[in-house]
Amino acid sequence: MGRDLTCKELVELITGYLDGTLPARHRRRFEAHIATCDRCTAYLAQMEMTIRVTGTLTEEQVTDEQRSVLLAAFRDWKTT
Amino acid sequence: MELVDQLQPAMLRVARMYVSTTAIAEEVVQDAWLGVLRGLHRFEGRSSLRTWIFRILTNIAKTRGQREGRSLPFASLAGGDLDAPAVDPGRFDSPEGSSRGRWSTLPDDWAGIPEDQLLGHETLDVIGRVIASLPPMQAEVIRLRDALGWTSEEVRNALDLTETNQRVLLHRARAKVRSALERYLSSEAT
Repeated sequence: MGRDLTCKELVELITGYLDGTLPARHRRRFEAHIATCDRCTAYLAQMEMTIRVTGTLTEEQVTDEQRSVLLAAFRDWKTT
Repeated sequence: MELVDQLQPAMLRVARMYVSTTAIAEEVVQDAWLGVLRGLHRFEGRSSLRTWIFRILTNIAKTRGQREGRSLPFASLAGGDLDAPAVDPGRFDSPEGSSRGRWSTLPDDWAGIPEDQLLGHETLDVIGRVIASLPPMQAEVIRLRDALGWTSEEVRNALDLTETNQRVLLHRARAKVRSALERYLSSEAT
């Protein structure tokens, strides 16, 4: 097993980790790091929350986002 | 037909990646549905039905795009920033010393944010806007994976991506959504 991961390296492995596609060697280093690092634990929690919130978007919201960009621009314009 | 309603918006977006106008994309989607109806007896259930439908769509859209002389390099759909770091390098300690590459500060804890703010329409607008601003293939991967709940295998097959490309596109897209959320939520907190 190679040297320990840095936080900066760990954040780039998160997507593979969450998908369960990290090779076992990397997964062990990932888990060893996160077990003792409150900062990466907080980052992982943010990423999981990001995925959860994105998951509440409906097809309409992802499709209508162009419209919502326009609406947002319109709101900003009205309030200025 | 429910399946048509469900898949139609994503099919239009995907078709539009490969052809030059919305009108042509609509034709491609129609052709794809015809192909689905004609080929349905050959569908073997080895992939999910929606994956199989998207395979047909992607093939037709690519062929149509090539006929238009619109052969796009992967980078123009995927974005030129796939190698960019997920987090601003300034958030980590500088190369000197033993704390090299360590977070300089603790990322915010979002667990204390009330659900109705976190899942409120303003937060969802922020996410919608980021997704709309992504390169097309990054946007489609995060829509299908995270908003619509497809598996990585389904997305990979539907969009004809390698496992690595699918992961890198999703990684980039999620990183951008997370940092936009971080900016938004910390500005709300002050």
